[in-house]
Amino acid sequence: MQRKKQCVAMLLAGGQGSRLYALTNTIAKPAVPFGAKYRIIDFPLSNCVNSGIDTVGVLTQYEPLELNEYIGNGQPWDLDRSFGGVHVLSPYQAKKRSSWYEGTANAIYQNMHFMKMYNPEYILILSGDHIYKMDYAAMLKAHIEKGADCTIAALNVPLKEASRFGILNIKEDGTIYQFEEKPKVPKSTLASMGIYIFTASKLFHYLEEDDKNPNSSKDFGKDVLPAMLNAGEKMMSYEFQGYWKDVGTIASLHEANMDLLGETPNFDVSDSKWKIHSRNPLAPPEYIGPNATVQNSMIALGCEINGTIVNSVLSSNVVVEEGAVVKDSVIMSGTVVKAGAEVNYSIIDEDVVVESGAKVGAEKGEGVGIAVLGKGIKVGKNAAVAAGEIVDKDVEGEV
Amino acid sequence: MSAVGVIFSNIHDENVPELSRQRTMGSIPFGGRYRLIDFALSNMVNSGITTVGVITKNNYQSLMDHLGSGKDWDLARKDGGLILLPPYNDEYESLYHNRLEALKGIIGFLNKRTEDYVVLSDCDGICKIDFSDVIAYHEEKQADITLVYHNEKVVKSPYYACLDTDENGRLTDFQINPNIDGIANVYINIMVLNRQYLISIINNAIVHGANSFGRDILAKNVDCLKLYGYELKDYYAGIDSLQTYYAHNLEMLDQQVRNQLFGARDIYTKVKDSAPSKYSETAVVKNSLISDGCVIEGTVENSILFRGVKVEKGAVVKNSIIMQDNVIGKEAQLNAVITDKNVVIRDRRTLSGCAEYPFFIPKGAMV
Repeated sequence: MQRKKQCVAMLLAGGQGSRLYALTNTIAKPAVPFGAKYRIIDFPLSNCVNSGIDTVGVLTQYEPLELNEYIGNGQPWDLDRSFGGVHVLSPYQAKKRSSWYEGTANAIYQNMHFMKMYNPEYILILSGDHIYKMDYAAMLKAHIEKGADCTIAALNVPLKEASRFGILNIKEDGTIYQFEEKPKVPKSTLASMGIYIFTASKLFHYLEEDDKNPNSSKDFGKDVLPAMLNAGEKMMSYEFQGYWKDVGTIASLHEANMDLLGETPNFDVSDSKWKIHSRNPLAPPEYIGPNATVQNSMIALGCEINGTIVNSVLSSNVVVEEGAVVKDSVIMSGTVVKAGAEVNYSIIDEDVVVESGAKVGAEKGEGVGIAVLGKGIKVGKNAAVAAGEIVDKDVEGEV
Repeated sequence: MSAVGVIFSNIHDENVPELSRQRTMGSIPFGGRYRLIDFALSNMVNSGITTVGVITKNNYQSLMDHLGSGKDWDLARKDGGLILLPPYNDEYESLYHNRLEALKGIIGFLNKRTEDYVVLSDCDGICKIDFSDVIAYHEEKQADITLVYHNEKVVKSPYYACLDTDENGRLTDFQINPNIDGIANVYINIMVLNRQYLISIINNAIVHGANSFGRDILAKNVDCLKLYGYELKDYYAGIDSLQTYYAHNLEMLDQQVRNQLFGARDIYTKVKDSAPSKYSETAVVKNSLISDGCVIEGTVENSILFRGVKVEKGAVVKNSIIMQDNVIGKEAQLNAVITDKNVVIRDRRTLSGCAEYPFFIPKGAMV
């Protein structure tokens, strides 16, 4: 008997994330830390596991080392399976061709043999740069019930933002009759979330067709989906309600982190029925010192806090010394903020040292930009990093 | 050097009956996110020991739940790894009563291994120790048995043994439950010896009807065996009562103690995927250790909070140890309290113990 999986997920994780600037200098966007202990990729991976999908191909290309290391054998997500589980798929050399992934559709096309190994009926396409909790099983159920060839997850966005997205124009029953990529004058506010379920045979067919087409840019949104629509395939929208955020920019990454805070947060990661799994830091509990103040913040294990933390999200093993102030900021693992330093409205990457008396960013307010410090840099004594500045080299201070 | 580890998870259960009623000594929670056995296991793993047998007796369900396959300690191995050694009894023999009987029960395990040495450790103490140093010392001294001790102030307690050594480290005396009140070399229930030698001791003891490792083998043979003492100079926390349990937990608030225990080396424990802890607008937290998954809306001072504790608005928790998944209701006041897992303190309750006699609330209680 041939073993099979009903649904195989393919996670596009090769993006550079150039709009995250210094934060993605050496890591792929899905590996960017988020929410004190997570990385962006934890969300689609946890969604898969929580939806009962246990076979996931992760397509990597840009700076894959840290991402590969993080995924490992998939054990933190319970994806170390003997049949299925998580597999990292990097571009490879083949007898007839060898090339980098040229577009989202081409990346999937090049891994056709991986999908076929599981003889699946359906393929779920995901991207690795969104923060959300979603039950893919419910979407798959809708896809099957409607007898669709392709189902696209979509959510309503404000009209003024609609022109940033791929917009679905649908009939009353949810059938898509038109697909517009970033329209100037949107006809609807239903935006594609970049989450697709295909009936496997249809997907394989259109990917092969697309590969033969020399004029194609080999992209799902621009080429494959329009081609399917033109050919009269049944394409349905699946409306998603809930929190969803594309964290592709500094501002949206910061905002999504802030959405975790508050008594009734916009986005809740502590839901025991929909656990977000991740690789956990090996660290003792966080220590909050006798003179510390911690308010409206999220703090991960291993931190040593002796200063003031307000409206901030701190990853594991961050040290904030006495008299230092961290406000409206996101700080990643291993960073040290020394005595009397001030960090305001900033995102600070891993292993940064902010020397005593230094000032990073400015008080959050109208027209004030987010300051960003790249991985491993040092901001010298009493030095300053202005609001909105993005720094990936050491900043000299007083000696 | 190659060594196999053996951990006694149950011996000393009677030390802290409040906490070991439903669990082994090894699975008593400690320090915000650990169980006592994590320290013994981590010491072994960090010393390069990849086969560890854990001897259990009763109430070991929570221990098995904690240890699982051993993967969180990197001990899920094809060869060796973590091996749970449940008690063996048949129609002639009942459960073991002492260390010798426990060892007799695992003689098959010891025979099957191929390592040169055995490191035996109990779960009643917390320290960071590199067993490869102890084994090197053992080899250098050509000792029969090397016992690890800690020089500390002792108060009268029925649960310890002391030793004296000459200038070369060789034991001159081994006393069980001496009546000392002052500084002494306390044997911390960790020993190293050759595996074959251990097997011969056990076999010999069975034949001669010995029943106490301490009395019949160590204390009696100080003169004829080469027993050596290895001094642990770093921090050591021996737990022999609820009072010492309480005091040593709160010592973890001292940065020097944390550095000695956690610095440079990892202490492994079971991973649970809790969300990071959240501190609300109204949170006031001072000098405390907070584990993941907590939600703090009230005041927490000089305390240790385990995973998933909720401290509601207006609640004040001082000098207390609050275990996993407790809920401390609005405006409740706690001082010098130890609460076991899943305790709910209703709104506006006031509970207070004192440092010498902390107030203990058992697992799952609703106050």
